[in-house]
Amino acid sequence: MVSQKENKTTSVQQLIANSRNQKTKKIVEKAMPALLFSAALISILTTFGIVFTLIFETFEFFKRVSITDFLFGTQWLPFSGKEPLFGILPLIAGTLKVTLIAVVVAVPFGIASAIYLSEYANEKTRRTVKPILEVLAGVPTIVYGFFALTFVTPMLQQIIPGLKLFNALSPGIVVGIMILPMITSLSEDAMSSVPNSMREGALALGATKFEVAIKVVLPAALSGIIASVVLAISRAIGETMIVSLAGGSTPKFDLDVTDSIQTMTAYIVQVSTGDAGYGTTIYYSIYSVGFTLFIFTLVMNLLAHYISKRFREVY
Amino acid sequence: MRYMDDSVVMKRMTKRITFNKVWKTLFFLATTFALVMLAILLYRIVTQGIDYLNFDFLTNFASRFADKAGIKAALVGSLWLMGVVAPVSIILGVGTAIYLEEYAKKNRLNDFIRMNISNLAGVPSIVFGLLGLTIFVRMMELGKSILAAGFTMSLLILPVIIVAAQEAIRAVPSEQREASYGMGATKWQTILRVVLPAAIPGILTGSILALSRAIGETAPLVVIGIPVILQFLPDNLLSQFTALPMQIYDWAKRPQEAFQYVAAAGILVLMTVLLLMNSIAIFIRNKFQKRY
Repeated sequence: MVSQKENKTTSVQQLIANSRNQKTKKIVEKAMPALLFSAALISILTTFGIVFTLIFETFEFFKRVSITDFLFGTQWLPFSGKEPLFGILPLIAGTLKVTLIAVVVAVPFGIASAIYLSEYANEKTRRTVKPILEVLAGVPTIVYGFFALTFVTPMLQQIIPGLKLFNALSPGIVVGIMILPMITSLSEDAMSSVPNSMREGALALGATKFEVAIKVVLPAALSGIIASVVLAISRAIGETMIVSLAGGSTPKFDLDVTDSIQTMTAYIVQVSTGDAGYGTTIYYSIYSVGFTLFIFTLVMNLLAHYISKRFREVY
Repeated sequence: MRYMDDSVVMKRMTKRITFNKVWKTLFFLATTFALVMLAILLYRIVTQGIDYLNFDFLTNFASRFADKAGIKAALVGSLWLMGVVAPVSIILGVGTAIYLEEYAKKNRLNDFIRMNISNLAGVPSIVFGLLGLTIFVRMMELGKSILAAGFTMSLLILPVIIVAAQEAIRAVPSEQREASYGMGATKWQTILRVVLPAAIPGILTGSILALSRAIGETAPLVVIGIPVILQFLPDNLLSQFTALPMQIYDWAKRPQEAFQYVAAAGILVLMTVLLLMNSIAIFIRNKFQKRY
């Protein structure tokens, strides 16, 4: 009898303790989702921060320089003391030159190696090549920039005599090498997800592996491949260190790739490393250039998203 | 009666088979292009930088003279930077991933958060630099400090960490969660004691890879205006500092040829740090990751 009583009292105490525990438990259960949600909000705040920063400072810039001069001007001379000119087209031309050269280098090599890895290579080769591509993708862009300036440019100068020390060709090629792993691995993913039954069907009809790759796998994976190329273009447009080390700082609105250029990103770097004070027109100009850059890459990213959603073949 | 002419068929077949072989070789050569480029790049940097890479280089401050230039301030600065980036980005990233995978219901707000994260991953790093310059350096008046740069870098790599953590959490089978609920555990207890321990190897691997991206990133630091020639080490989170990629950029820009070799030596230090971080990530992946 006595022991039973004791048991009862301890269990009541336990119950009280338990219910206290329950209370803190309940608070934790309620508080955690809210806390985690606020972490998730940071990423939204970041986007808003970027958009509002760019819009406000660009607005400040347009108080000093007219929008039409900015959008359609073919001369970008911000440092010419008395009459600075802010026409963005030369910077866009520089960016597009580099991007185009990069695409010409990266797309054939990238898709060809994706076909090799997905259609021809055995498991062992794939397992050695893929990590190496990951290493190539992990090399910091400053290293690529150094490589462009000290190796690719001197090498190209021996082939093309008229090539200047700073030009569009060398950074273009190196940006191409930089985006190559991205195209290869995303395209390879797209091709690997084409079901084997389709390959086997074509092989059974007597097709060679090459015919299977070009006429069956490539069309089936096309949306993924194009999306990978568009994403890579977006990366190339936003690439900064390679072009500011090897591209030069002479914005020009022409088609020459052997002469010094300036891209949008390189201009922002030039102003940031210079001594343009806070509040000057030059200071605000980097935001207007950044805003233009942001819109270019945003359109590319949305396009890639749209292509891979809209044209995906589902098996 | 013969329906097929063997010789014609054979002729076409040989042509198609040769075609296949030729293209196979071309595809293979295209694959080796990337590998050859990586080999040339590494070879060039090692041969250029190895002579300058010695103990003095690691313990000297930056200098106007190539012989005396060292990387001490940059190396220590990069470590300080990581000291801010690692906790901030991992806590925010893993928190977001837990919310999206375990709590978020399917509604417009959460779809918007997901969409927003994938778009943020595509924003050029230099634009993050502009954000950092306006918000952290000027509005919050942190100056060109470790904290300002660290916050900027954290936001830059946040999407990468979120996606890695999401994948790791998703890979934990739902039977484990249900078993935990069945024992009377609450949702948060289940997350804390069942889901997270199982997902930690994946989260760590992804986070280390993201941090190795942050340590090599230059553009945001340039925009924020991190100085390059510093003769002192940072002593708190608000002091000025310089970082490895910034120092390399400064050396690579200089016209004197000797500084090219100094830059190469700096790159060797940076690449060694990256190699170490990647090896740790791969080690964790191979050693601790479970397959369900």
